[in-house]
Amino acid sequence: MKSPSLGSILLGSIPFAAACFSVALWDRVYPMVLGLPFNFFWLISWLLLTPVCMWGAYRLEEPRAPDTRRREGGTD
Amino acid sequence: MSPTAVALAAMSGIVALGSLVGFLARFHHKMDLEQWTVAGRGFGLVLVWLLMAGEIYTTFTFLGASGWAYSRGGPVLYILAESYLIYVVAFFILPLIWEVGRKYRLQTQADFFQVRYGNTHLAAFVALVGVVSLIPYLQLQLTGLGLIVEVASFGGISRTPAMIVGFGLVAAFVFVSGVRGIAWASIIKDLLLLFAAVFVGIAVPHVYFGGIGPMFAALAHAKPAHLVMPGATKNLGHAWYISTVLLISLTFYMWPQYFAASFTARSGKILRRNAVIMPLYVVTMPLMFFVGLSAVLVLPDLSNGDLSLLAMVRKTFPAWFLGIIGGAGALTAMVPAAIQLLTGATLYAKNLFRPIVAPGMTDQQVAKLAKTMVLILALGALLFAIYSTVSLVSLFLLGFAGIAQLFPGVVLGLYSRRVTTSGAFAGMAAGICVAVFLMLTGRDPYYGVNAGFIALCCNFAVTGIVSLLTRVHVAGFDETLPALAASQSRDSASLT
Repeated sequence: MKSPSLGSILLGSIPFAAACFSVALWDRVYPMVLGLPFNFFWLISWLLLTPVCMWGAYRLEEPRAPDTRRREGGTD
Repeated sequence: MSPTAVALAAMSGIVALGSLVGFLARFHHKMDLEQWTVAGRGFGLVLVWLLMAGEIYTTFTFLGASGWAYSRGGPVLYILAESYLIYVVAFFILPLIWEVGRKYRLQTQADFFQVRYGNTHLAAFVALVGVVSLIPYLQLQLTGLGLIVEVASFGGISRTPAMIVGFGLVAAFVFVSGVRGIAWASIIKDLLLLFAAVFVGIAVPHVYFGGIGPMFAALAHAKPAHLVMPGATKNLGHAWYISTVLLISLTFYMWPQYFAASFTARSGKILRRNAVIMPLYVVTMPLMFFVGLSAVLVLPDLSNGDLSLLAMVRKTFPAWFLGIIGGAGALTAMVPAAIQLLTGATLYAKNLFRPIVAPGMTDQQVAKLAKTMVLILALGALLFAIYSTVSLVSLFLLGFAGIAQLFPGVVLGLYSRRVTTSGAFAGMAAGICVAVFLMLTGRDPYYGVNAGFIALCCNFAVTGIVSLLTRVHVAGFDETLPALAASQSRDSASLT
Protein backbone atom coordinates (compact mmCIF):
# COMPACT_ATOMS: atom_id res chain seq x y z
CA MET A 1 0.00 0.00 0.00
CA LYS A 2 1.12 3.52 -0.70
CA SER A 3 1.95 5.51 2.42
CA PRO A 4 0.24 8.87 2.96
CA SER A 5 2.22 12.02 2.18
CA LEU A 6 4.33 13.67 4.86
CA GLY A 7 2.18 16.79 4.68
CA SER A 8 -1.06 14.97 5.45
CA ILE A 9 0.58 13.03 8.28
CA LEU A 10 1.75 16.33 9.79
CA LEU A 11 -1.73 17.81 9.43
CA GLY A 12 -3.22 14.70 11.04
CA SER A 13 -0.83 14.90 13.99
CA ILE A 14 -1.90 18.46 14.88
CA PRO A 15 -5.24 17.40 16.46
CA PHE A 16 -3.45 14.65 18.40
CA ALA A 17 -0.89 17.12 19.74
CA ALA A 18 -3.61 19.59 20.67
CA ALA A 19 -6.30 17.35 22.12
CA CYS A 20 -4.27 14.44 23.51
CA PHE A 21 -0.57 14.88 24.31
CA SER A 22 -0.73 18.44 25.66
CA VAL A 23 -3.40 17.64 28.26
CA ALA A 24 -1.27 18.87 31.19
CA LEU A 25 -1.12 22.35 29.65
CA TRP A 26 -4.86 22.92 29.21
CA ASP A 27 -6.60 20.77 31.83
CA ARG A 28 -7.74 23.58 34.17
CA VAL A 29 -10.87 25.51 35.02
CA TYR A 30 -9.57 29.10 34.59
CA PRO A 31 -9.55 31.22 32.53
CA MET A 32 -13.15 30.45 31.64
CA VAL A 33 -13.94 31.23 27.99
CA LEU A 34 -17.53 31.80 26.77
CA GLY A 35 -18.75 30.54 30.12
CA LEU A 36 -16.90 27.21 29.72
CA PRO A 37 -14.03 25.93 31.87
CA PHE A 38 -10.79 26.19 29.92
CA ASN A 39 -10.42 22.42 29.34
CA PHE A 40 -13.96 22.10 27.95
CA PHE A 41 -13.48 25.20 25.80
CA TRP A 42 -10.17 23.85 24.46
CA LEU A 43 -11.51 20.43 23.47
CA ILE A 44 -14.66 21.87 21.89
CA SER A 45 -12.51 24.28 19.86
CA TRP A 46 -10.46 21.37 18.55
CA LEU A 47 -13.63 19.53 17.65
CA LEU A 48 -14.20 22.40 15.20
CA LEU A 49 -10.54 22.77 14.15
CA THR A 50 -9.94 19.05 13.48
CA PRO A 51 -12.08 19.07 10.29
CA VAL A 52 -10.05 22.09 9.11
CA CYS A 53 -6.78 20.15 9.49
CA MET A 54 -8.28 17.07 7.85
CA TRP A 55 -9.68 19.12 4.99
CA GLY A 56 -6.09 20.21 4.34
CA ALA A 57 -5.01 16.56 4.42
CA TYR A 58 -7.87 15.71 2.05
CA ARG A 59 -6.65 18.28 -0.46
CA LEU A 60 -3.19 16.71 -0.32
CA GLU A 61 -4.29 13.07 -0.45
CA GLU A 62 -7.16 13.14 -2.92
CA PRO A 63 -5.07 13.71 -6.09
CA ARG A 64 -2.79 10.80 -5.11
CA ALA A 65 -5.57 8.29 -4.36
CA PRO A 66 -5.81 5.33 -6.72
CA ASP A 67 -9.62 5.28 -6.81
CA THR A 68 -9.80 8.96 -7.80
CA ARG A 69 -7.65 8.39 -10.80
CA ARG A 70 -9.40 5.21 -11.84
CA ARG A 71 -13.00 6.28 -11.64
CA GLU A 72 -15.20 8.91 -10.10
CA GLY A 73 -16.92 7.82 -6.88
CA GLY A 74 -20.03 9.92 -7.31
CA THR A 75 -21.96 11.87 -4.74
CA ASP A 76 -25.44 12.07 -3.43
CA MET B 1 -54.05 9.44 30.61
CA SER B 2 -51.50 8.56 33.26
CA PRO B 3 -47.87 9.69 32.76
CA THR B 4 -46.87 6.06 32.22
CA ALA B 5 -49.37 5.63 29.39
CA VAL B 6 -48.37 8.91 27.73
CA ALA B 7 -44.66 8.15 27.93
CA LEU B 8 -45.20 4.60 26.73
CA ALA B 9 -47.30 5.70 23.78
CA ALA B 10 -44.63 8.21 22.65
CA MET B 11 -41.86 5.66 23.10
CA SER B 12 -43.64 2.80 21.27
CA GLY B 13 -44.49 5.13 18.40
CA ILE B 14 -40.84 6.02 17.90
CA VAL B 15 -39.57 2.46 18.20
CA ALA B 16 -42.26 1.27 15.77
CA LEU B 17 -41.35 3.97 13.25
CA GLY B 18 -37.61 3.15 13.44
CA SER B 19 -38.25 -0.58 13.01
CA LEU B 20 -40.69 -0.03 10.15
CA VAL B 21 -38.10 2.00 8.23
CA GLY B 22 -35.63 -0.81 8.88
CA PHE B 23 -38.01 -3.38 7.38
CA LEU B 24 -38.91 -1.29 4.35
CA ALA B 25 -35.26 -0.73 3.40
CA ARG B 26 -35.05 -4.11 1.67
CA PHE B 27 -37.36 -3.02 -1.15
CA HIS B 28 -35.97 -3.36 -4.66
CA HIS B 29 -32.93 -5.27 -3.43
CA LYS B 30 -32.32 -8.98 -3.70
CA MET B 31 -30.80 -9.96 -0.38
CA ASP B 32 -27.82 -12.13 -1.24
CA LEU B 33 -24.78 -12.22 1.07
CA GLU B 34 -23.12 -9.25 -0.65
CA GLN B 35 -26.25 -7.08 -0.30
CA TRP B 36 -26.99 -8.24 3.20
CA THR B 37 -23.51 -7.60 4.62
CA VAL B 38 -22.08 -4.70 2.60
CA ALA B 39 -25.11 -3.40 0.64
CA GLY B 40 -23.50 -4.26 -2.69
CA ARG B 41 -20.77 -1.66 -1.92
CA GLY B 42 -23.16 1.00 -3.19
CA PHE B 43 -23.53 3.53 -0.35
CA GLY B 44 -22.78 7.18 -1.05
CA LEU B 45 -21.68 9.92 1.32
CA VAL B 46 -25.01 10.31 3.12
CA LEU B 47 -25.72 6.64 3.83
CA VAL B 48 -22.11 5.92 4.86
CA TRP B 49 -22.31 8.91 7.20
CA LEU B 50 -25.59 7.65 8.64
CA LEU B 51 -24.35 4.12 9.06
CA MET B 52 -21.09 5.15 10.71
CA ALA B 53 -22.65 7.79 12.92
CA GLY B 54 -25.53 5.45 13.64
CA GLU B 55 -23.33 2.73 15.00
CA ILE B 56 -21.03 5.03 16.92
CA TYR B 57 -23.73 6.71 18.99
CA THR B 58 -24.54 3.77 21.22
CA THR B 59 -26.18 3.60 24.63
CA PHE B 60 -22.70 4.04 26.03
CA THR B 61 -22.62 7.56 24.57
CA PHE B 62 -26.25 8.28 25.36
CA LEU B 63 -26.12 7.21 29.00
CA GLY B 64 -22.36 6.95 29.53
CA ALA B 65 -21.31 10.48 28.52
CA SER B 66 -23.71 12.15 30.93
CA GLY B 67 -23.13 9.37 33.46
CA TRP B 68 -19.34 9.82 33.49
CA ALA B 69 -19.69 13.61 33.67
CA TYR B 70 -21.92 13.08 36.68
CA SER B 71 -20.01 10.41 38.56
CA ARG B 72 -16.39 11.05 37.47
CA GLY B 73 -16.19 14.65 36.27
CA GLY B 74 -13.02 15.74 34.41
CA PRO B 75 -12.01 12.30 33.06
CA VAL B 76 -15.18 12.35 30.91
CA LEU B 77 -13.25 14.64 28.53
CA TYR B 78 -11.57 11.54 27.10
CA ILE B 79 -14.89 10.66 25.44
CA LEU B 80 -14.94 14.04 23.66
CA ALA B 81 -11.31 13.94 22.45
CA GLU B 82 -11.50 10.31 21.38
CA SER B 83 -14.78 10.87 19.52
CA TYR B 84 -13.17 13.14 16.93
CA LEU B 85 -9.60 11.81 16.93
CA ILE B 86 -10.90 8.43 15.72
CA TYR B 87 -11.76 10.11 12.41
CA VAL B 88 -8.20 11.36 11.99
CA VAL B 89 -7.10 7.73 12.12
CA ALA B 90 -10.05 6.69 9.96
CA PHE B 91 -8.92 9.15 7.30
CA PHE B 92 -5.64 7.29 6.89
CA ILE B 93 -6.68 3.66 7.19
CA LEU B 94 -10.30 3.25 6.03
CA PRO B 95 -9.73 4.21 2.36
CA LEU B 96 -6.93 1.63 2.19
CA ILE B 97 -9.11 -1.02 3.79
CA TRP B 98 -11.87 -0.13 1.31
CA GLU B 99 -9.43 -0.40 -1.59
CA VAL B 100 -8.36 -3.88 -0.51
CA GLY B 101 -12.00 -4.79 0.16
CA ARG B 102 -13.09 -3.86 -3.34
CA LYS B 103 -10.16 -5.60 -4.98
CA TYR B 104 -10.60 -8.92 -3.16
CA ARG B 105 -14.37 -8.68 -2.52
CA LEU B 106 -13.98 -8.72 1.25
CA GLN B 107 -17.08 -8.72 3.44
CA THR B 108 -15.66 -9.12 6.94
CA GLN B 109 -12.62 -8.14 8.96
CA ALA B 110 -11.46 -11.74 9.10
CA ASP B 111 -11.53 -11.81 5.27
CA PHE B 112 -8.94 -9.04 5.41
CA PHE B 113 -6.62 -11.18 7.54
CA GLN B 114 -7.30 -14.18 5.31
CA VAL B 115 -6.13 -12.32 2.22
CA ARG B 116 -3.27 -10.39 3.77
CA TYR B 117 -1.71 -13.28 5.66
CA GLY B 118 -3.06 -16.22 3.63
CA ASN B 119 -3.79 -18.21 6.75
CA THR B 120 -7.25 -19.61 7.50
CA HIS B 121 -6.48 -20.24 11.15
CA LEU B 122 -5.33 -16.67 11.73
CA ALA B 123 -8.53 -15.45 10.06
CA ALA B 124 -10.64 -17.81 12.17
CA PHE B 125 -8.84 -16.60 15.30
CA VAL B 126 -9.61 -12.98 14.36
CA ALA B 127 -13.24 -13.93 13.78
CA LEU B 128 -13.35 -15.65 17.15
CA VAL B 129 -11.90 -12.59 18.92
CA GLY B 130 -14.51 -10.49 17.11
CA VAL B 131 -17.51 -12.65 18.00
CA VAL B 132 -16.43 -13.12 21.62
CA SER B 133 -15.82 -9.38 22.07
CA LEU B 134 -19.12 -8.48 20.44
CA ILE B 135 -21.23 -10.45 22.89
CA PRO B 136 -20.54 -8.21 25.94
CA TYR B 137 -21.01 -5.17 23.71
CA LEU B 138 -24.40 -6.50 22.61
CA GLN B 139 -25.24 -7.25 26.19
CA LEU B 140 -24.36 -3.67 27.10
CA GLN B 141 -26.82 -2.34 24.51
CA LEU B 142 -29.50 -4.66 25.78
CA THR B 143 -29.11 -3.76 29.41
CA GLY B 144 -29.05 -0.08 28.44
CA LEU B 145 -32.24 -0.58 26.46
CA GLY B 146 -33.95 -2.23 29.43
CA LEU B 147 -32.84 0.55 31.75
CA ILE B 148 -34.02 3.31 29.42
CA VAL B 149 -37.44 1.80 28.87
CA GLU B 150 -37.91 1.08 32.56
CA VAL B 151 -37.08 4.64 33.66
CA ALA B 152 -38.85 6.34 30.75
CA SER B 153 -42.08 4.41 31.35
CA PHE B 154 -42.04 5.41 35.04
CA GLY B 155 -41.48 1.76 35.89
CA GLY B 156 -44.57 0.75 33.86
CA ILE B 157 -42.59 -1.75 31.81
CA SER B 158 -39.88 -3.60 33.64
CA ARG B 159 -36.48 -4.36 32.20
CA THR B 160 -36.89 -7.92 30.97
CA PRO B 161 -39.97 -7.57 28.74
CA ALA B 162 -38.51 -4.34 27.32
CA MET B 163 -35.31 -6.17 26.39
CA ILE B 164 -37.24 -9.06 24.83
CA VAL B 165 -39.45 -6.82 22.67
CA GLY B 166 -36.61 -4.48 21.67
CA PHE B 167 -34.29 -7.29 20.72
CA GLY B 168 -36.99 -9.23 18.93
CA LEU B 169 -37.49 -6.21 16.66
CA VAL B 170 -33.76 -5.79 16.09
CA ALA B 171 -33.21 -9.42 15.22
CA ALA B 172 -36.20 -9.34 12.86
CA PHE B 173 -35.14 -6.34 10.84
CA VAL B 174 -31.52 -7.46 10.60
CA PHE B 175 -32.81 -10.83 9.42
CA VAL B 176 -34.96 -9.22 6.74
CA SER B 177 -33.05 -6.14 5.56
CA GLY B 178 -29.40 -6.58 6.55
CA VAL B 179 -27.10 -3.58 6.60
CA ARG B 180 -29.49 -1.51 4.45
CA GLY B 181 -32.16 -1.69 7.15
CA ILE B 182 -29.66 -0.53 9.75
CA ALA B 183 -28.54 2.50 7.75
CA TRP B 184 -32.14 3.58 7.15
CA ALA B 185 -33.23 3.05 10.75
CA SER B 186 -30.27 5.28 11.67
CA ILE B 187 -31.98 8.22 10.00
CA ILE B 188 -34.86 8.21 12.48
CA LYS B 189 -32.57 7.58 15.39
CA ASP B 190 -30.05 10.29 14.51
CA LEU B 191 -32.65 12.98 13.88
CA LEU B 192 -34.25 12.23 17.24
CA LEU B 193 -30.97 12.03 19.08
CA LEU B 194 -29.78 15.32 17.59
CA PHE B 195 -33.00 17.01 18.61
CA ALA B 196 -32.96 15.43 22.07
CA ALA B 197 -29.31 16.32 22.76
CA VAL B 198 -29.56 19.91 21.58
CA PHE B 199 -32.82 20.56 23.37
CA VAL B 200 -32.04 18.82 26.65
CA GLY B 201 -28.40 19.98 26.73
CA ILE B 202 -29.44 23.61 26.45
CA ALA B 203 -32.73 23.52 28.36
CA VAL B 204 -31.62 21.66 31.49
CA PRO B 205 -28.80 24.08 32.51
CA HIS B 206 -31.12 26.95 31.57
CA VAL B 207 -33.97 25.77 33.81
CA TYR B 208 -31.83 25.26 36.91
CA PHE B 209 -29.03 27.81 36.53
CA GLY B 210 -30.13 30.28 33.84
CA GLY B 211 -27.68 28.99 31.21
CA ILE B 212 -24.59 26.88 30.54
CA GLY B 213 -22.18 29.63 31.71
CA PRO B 214 -23.88 30.12 35.08
CA MET B 215 -24.05 26.33 35.53
CA PHE B 216 -20.27 26.07 35.15
CA ALA B 217 -19.76 29.11 37.38
CA ALA B 218 -21.84 27.44 40.11
CA LEU B 219 -19.99 24.15 39.69
CA ALA B 220 -16.55 25.84 39.64
CA HIS B 221 -17.52 27.52 42.89
CA ALA B 222 -18.99 24.45 44.62
CA LYS B 223 -16.79 21.63 43.27
CA PRO B 224 -13.83 22.98 41.25
CA ALA B 225 -11.95 19.66 41.45
CA HIS B 226 -14.83 17.88 39.68
CA LEU B 227 -14.14 19.81 36.46
CA VAL B 228 -10.51 18.77 35.95
CA MET B 229 -8.76 15.38 35.97
CA PRO B 230 -8.80 13.14 37.96
CA GLY B 231 -12.18 14.58 39.00
CA ALA B 232 -14.06 12.37 41.42
CA THR B 233 -11.70 9.44 40.75
CA LYS B 234 -8.33 8.63 42.29
CA ASN B 235 -6.35 7.25 39.40
CA LEU B 236 -7.72 8.70 36.16
CA GLY B 237 -5.09 11.42 35.68
CA HIS B 238 -3.23 12.79 32.70
CA ALA B 239 -1.21 9.66 31.91
CA TRP B 240 -4.45 7.70 31.90
CA TYR B 241 -6.05 10.32 29.65
CA ILE B 242 -3.28 10.24 27.05
CA SER B 243 -3.03 6.44 26.98
CA THR B 244 -6.80 5.97 26.82
CA VAL B 245 -7.36 8.55 24.09
CA LEU B 246 -4.51 7.04 22.07
CA LEU B 247 -5.73 3.48 22.56
CA ILE B 248 -9.32 4.21 21.57
CA SER B 249 -8.67 6.60 18.70
CA LEU B 250 -6.07 4.30 17.12
CA THR B 251 -7.96 1.05 17.51
CA PHE B 252 -11.61 2.11 17.31
CA TYR B 253 -12.03 0.92 13.74
CA MET B 254 -10.80 -2.53 14.71
CA TRP B 255 -14.30 -3.31 15.98
CA PRO B 256 -15.34 -5.73 13.25
CA GLN B 257 -18.66 -3.95 12.64
CA TYR B 258 -17.00 -0.54 12.05
CA PHE B 259 -14.25 -2.14 10.00
CA ALA B 260 -16.79 -3.84 7.75
CA ALA B 261 -18.92 -0.69 7.45
CA SER B 262 -16.16 0.82 5.32
CA PHE B 263 -16.88 -1.88 2.70
CA THR B 264 -20.36 -0.43 2.14
CA ALA B 265 -18.93 2.76 0.62
CA ARG B 266 -19.06 3.33 -3.12
CA SER B 267 -15.50 4.70 -3.19
CA GLY B 268 -12.49 5.47 -1.00
CA LYS B 269 -13.11 9.13 -1.67
CA ILE B 270 -16.42 8.93 0.20
CA LEU B 271 -14.67 7.51 3.25
CA ARG B 272 -12.03 10.23 3.14
CA ARG B 273 -14.62 12.98 2.87
CA ASN B 274 -16.66 11.34 5.59
CA ALA B 275 -13.65 11.32 7.92
CA VAL B 276 -13.18 15.06 7.33
CA ILE B 277 -16.74 16.03 8.25
CA MET B 278 -17.63 13.38 10.85
CA PRO B 279 -16.08 15.26 13.81
CA LEU B 280 -18.75 17.95 13.41
CA TYR B 281 -21.36 15.34 14.24
CA VAL B 282 -19.81 14.96 17.68
CA VAL B 283 -20.94 18.50 18.56
CA THR B 284 -23.81 17.02 20.56
CA MET B 285 -21.44 15.21 22.91
CA PRO B 286 -20.56 18.21 25.12
CA LEU B 287 -24.29 18.83 25.52
CA MET B 288 -24.63 15.40 27.12
CA PHE B 289 -21.84 16.41 29.52
CA PHE B 290 -23.74 19.58 30.45
CA VAL B 291 -26.78 17.54 31.50
CA GLY B 292 -24.66 15.23 33.66
CA LEU B 293 -22.81 18.17 35.21
CA SER B 294 -26.08 19.97 36.00
CA ALA B 295 -27.22 16.83 37.78
CA VAL B 296 -24.15 17.01 40.06
CA LEU B 297 -25.70 20.01 41.80
CA VAL B 298 -29.40 19.34 41.17
CA LEU B 299 -29.61 15.60 41.95
CA PRO B 300 -26.47 14.91 44.00
CA ASP B 301 -27.55 11.54 45.42
CA LEU B 302 -28.29 9.33 42.39
CA SER B 303 -27.32 5.73 43.05
CA ASN B 304 -26.54 5.03 39.40
CA GLY B 305 -24.71 7.79 37.51
CA ASP B 306 -25.73 6.29 34.16
CA LEU B 307 -29.28 7.34 34.89
CA SER B 308 -28.41 11.03 35.38
CA LEU B 309 -29.66 12.08 31.93
CA LEU B 310 -33.00 10.28 32.23
CA ALA B 311 -33.46 11.36 35.83
CA MET B 312 -32.90 15.01 34.89
CA VAL B 313 -35.33 14.75 31.97
CA ARG B 314 -37.92 13.08 34.20
CA LYS B 315 -37.52 15.81 36.82
CA THR B 316 -37.65 18.69 34.34
CA PHE B 317 -40.06 17.84 31.51
CA PRO B 318 -43.59 16.44 31.02
CA ALA B 319 -44.23 12.72 30.52
CA TRP B 320 -44.64 12.84 26.72
CA PHE B 321 -41.20 14.41 26.39
CA LEU B 322 -39.67 11.73 28.57
CA GLY B 323 -41.34 9.24 26.22
CA ILE B 324 -39.65 10.82 23.19
CA ILE B 325 -36.25 10.77 24.90
CA GLY B 326 -36.90 7.18 25.93
CA GLY B 327 -37.77 6.26 22.34
CA ALA B 328 -34.62 7.94 21.04
CA GLY B 329 -32.63 6.12 23.71
CA ALA B 330 -34.22 2.78 22.80
CA LEU B 331 -33.33 3.26 19.10
CA THR B 332 -29.83 4.28 20.18
CA ALA B 333 -29.50 0.83 21.70
CA MET B 334 -31.25 -1.00 18.85
CA VAL B 335 -29.36 0.34 15.82
CA PRO B 336 -25.83 -0.42 17.09
CA ALA B 337 -27.09 -3.75 18.43
CA ALA B 338 -28.39 -4.52 14.94
CA ILE B 339 -25.02 -4.02 13.28
CA GLN B 340 -23.27 -5.93 16.06
CA LEU B 341 -25.62 -8.86 15.46
CA LEU B 342 -25.12 -8.74 11.72
CA THR B 343 -21.34 -8.59 12.02
CA GLY B 344 -21.08 -11.28 14.66
CA ALA B 345 -23.32 -13.61 12.66
CA THR B 346 -21.45 -13.06 9.39
CA LEU B 347 -18.06 -13.53 11.05
CA TYR B 348 -19.22 -16.77 12.60
CA ALA B 349 -20.73 -18.24 9.45
CA LYS B 350 -18.18 -17.04 6.93
CA ASN B 351 -14.87 -17.06 8.78
CA LEU B 352 -15.30 -19.58 11.59
CA PHE B 353 -17.82 -22.20 10.56
CA ARG B 354 -17.23 -22.53 6.81
CA PRO B 355 -13.41 -22.70 6.76
CA ILE B 356 -13.07 -24.88 9.87
CA VAL B 357 -16.13 -27.14 9.81
CA ALA B 358 -17.66 -27.20 6.33
CA PRO B 359 -15.36 -25.89 3.58
CA GLY B 360 -17.81 -26.99 0.88
CA MET B 361 -20.56 -24.52 1.77
CA THR B 362 -21.87 -22.23 -0.95
CA ASP B 363 -22.47 -18.53 -0.43
CA GLN B 364 -26.22 -19.08 -0.19
CA GLN B 365 -25.71 -21.60 2.60
CA VAL B 366 -23.40 -19.19 4.42
CA ALA B 367 -26.03 -16.47 4.13
CA LYS B 368 -28.66 -18.81 5.53
CA LEU B 369 -26.41 -19.82 8.42
CA ALA B 370 -25.55 -16.17 9.14
CA LYS B 371 -29.25 -15.29 9.32
CA THR B 372 -29.89 -18.15 11.72
CA MET B 373 -26.92 -16.98 13.78
CA VAL B 374 -28.53 -13.52 14.10
CA LEU B 375 -31.37 -15.14 16.01
CA ILE B 376 -29.06 -17.34 18.09
CA LEU B 377 -26.73 -14.47 19.03
CA ALA B 378 -29.69 -12.25 19.93
CA LEU B 379 -31.10 -14.98 22.13
CA GLY B 380 -27.69 -15.62 23.74
CA ALA B 381 -27.10 -11.95 24.54
CA LEU B 382 -30.63 -11.74 25.91
CA LEU B 383 -30.07 -14.64 28.28
CA PHE B 384 -26.74 -13.15 29.37
CA ALA B 385 -28.35 -9.77 29.98
CA ILE B 386 -31.16 -11.28 32.04
CA TYR B 387 -29.15 -13.75 34.10
CA SER B 388 -25.53 -12.56 34.22
CA THR B 389 -24.26 -10.90 37.37
CA VAL B 390 -20.84 -9.82 36.08
CA SER B 391 -20.44 -6.06 35.84
CA LEU B 392 -21.14 -4.89 32.31
CA VAL B 393 -18.48 -2.25 32.20
CA SER B 394 -15.79 -4.74 33.04
CA LEU B 395 -17.04 -7.13 30.33
CA PHE B 396 -17.13 -4.31 27.80
CA LEU B 397 -13.63 -3.17 28.68
CA LEU B 398 -12.35 -6.72 28.29
CA GLY B 399 -14.01 -6.92 24.90
CA PHE B 400 -12.47 -3.67 23.80
CA ALA B 401 -9.03 -4.69 25.04
CA GLY B 402 -9.31 -7.83 22.90
CA ILE B 403 -10.45 -5.94 19.80
CA ALA B 404 -7.68 -3.35 20.15
CA GLN B 405 -5.10 -6.12 19.74
CA LEU B 406 -6.09 -6.55 16.08
CA PHE B 407 -4.64 -3.11 15.27
CA PRO B 408 -0.97 -4.03 14.67
CA GLY B 409 -2.00 -6.89 12.38
CA VAL B 410 -4.16 -4.55 10.30
CA VAL B 411 -2.03 -1.45 10.18
CA LEU B 412 1.34 -3.18 9.77
CA GLY B 413 -0.33 -5.51 7.31
CA LEU B 414 -1.45 -2.53 5.24
CA TYR B 415 1.77 -0.54 5.23
CA SER B 416 4.54 -3.11 5.67
CA ARG B 417 5.55 -6.09 3.58
CA ARG B 418 7.78 -7.47 6.28
CA VAL B 419 5.15 -8.43 8.86
CA THR B 420 4.55 -12.19 8.89
CA THR B 421 1.69 -14.52 9.84
CA SER B 422 3.57 -15.77 12.89
CA GLY B 423 4.37 -12.20 13.89
CA ALA B 424 0.73 -11.12 13.69
CA PHE B 425 -0.42 -14.25 15.52
CA ALA B 426 2.15 -13.97 18.32
CA GLY B 427 1.61 -10.24 18.78
CA MET B 428 -2.15 -10.63 19.05
CA ALA B 429 -1.90 -13.52 21.49
CA ALA B 430 0.63 -11.61 23.64
CA GLY B 431 -1.50 -8.48 23.64
CA ILE B 432 -4.66 -10.33 24.61
CA CYS B 433 -2.87 -12.20 27.42
CA VAL B 434 -1.37 -9.00 28.86
CA ALA B 435 -4.71 -7.15 28.66
CA VAL B 436 -6.72 -9.97 30.22
CA PHE B 437 -4.14 -10.49 32.96
CA LEU B 438 -3.91 -6.80 33.93
CA MET B 439 -7.67 -6.34 33.89
CA LEU B 440 -8.70 -9.51 35.70
CA THR B 441 -6.15 -8.85 38.46
CA GLY B 442 -7.47 -5.33 39.01
CA ARG B 443 -4.45 -3.57 37.53
CA ASP B 444 -6.29 -1.19 35.20
CA PRO B 445 -5.01 1.51 35.15
CA TYR B 446 -1.52 0.12 35.76
CA TYR B 447 0.74 2.81 37.27
CA GLY B 448 -1.70 5.39 35.93
CA VAL B 449 -1.61 4.04 32.35
CA ASN B 450 -4.53 2.33 30.60
CA ALA B 451 -3.96 -1.45 30.68
CA GLY B 452 -5.19 -1.90 27.10
CA PHE B 453 -2.56 0.57 25.95
CA ILE B 454 0.21 -1.35 27.70
CA ALA B 455 -1.06 -4.53 26.05
CA LEU B 456 -1.05 -2.80 22.66
CA CYS B 457 2.59 -1.73 23.12
CA CYS B 458 3.57 -5.32 23.99
CA ASN B 459 1.63 -6.47 20.95
CA PHE B 460 3.53 -4.12 18.61
CA ALA B 461 6.86 -5.20 20.11
CA VAL B 462 6.11 -8.92 19.80
CA THR B 463 4.67 -8.55 16.27
CA GLY B 464 7.82 -6.69 15.19
CA ILE B 465 10.33 -9.05 16.78
CA VAL B 466 8.65 -12.29 15.67
CA SER B 467 8.16 -10.90 12.14
CA LEU B 468 11.86 -10.14 11.86
CA LEU B 469 12.71 -13.67 13.02
CA THR B 470 10.34 -15.52 10.64
CA ARG B 471 10.08 -15.87 6.89
CA VAL B 472 7.62 -13.80 4.83
CA HIS B 473 4.94 -15.91 3.07
CA VAL B 474 2.62 -13.20 1.78
CA ALA B 475 4.30 -9.86 1.17
CA GLY B 476 1.57 -7.23 1.35
CA PHE B 477 -1.41 -6.61 -0.89
CA ASP B 478 0.49 -5.61 -4.00
CA GLU B 479 1.31 -9.19 -4.99
CA THR B 480 -1.17 -11.40 -6.77
CA LEU B 481 -3.01 -13.01 -3.91
CA PRO B 482 -4.95 -16.15 -4.68
CA ALA B 483 -5.89 -16.70 -1.02
CA LEU B 484 -9.61 -16.01 -1.08
CA ALA B 485 -10.05 -17.10 -4.66
CA ALA B 486 -10.92 -20.68 -3.76
CA SER B 487 -14.12 -19.71 -2.01
CA GLN B 488 -14.69 -16.40 -3.76
CA SER B 489 -14.49 -17.14 -7.45
CA ARG B 490 -17.66 -19.18 -7.57
CA ASP B 491 -19.45 -16.55 -5.46
CA SER B 492 -18.46 -13.62 -7.58
CA ALA B 493 -19.61 -15.48 -10.64
CA SER B 494 -23.06 -15.88 -9.17
CA LEU B 495 -23.14 -12.28 -7.99
CA THR B 496 -22.38 -10.50 -11.22
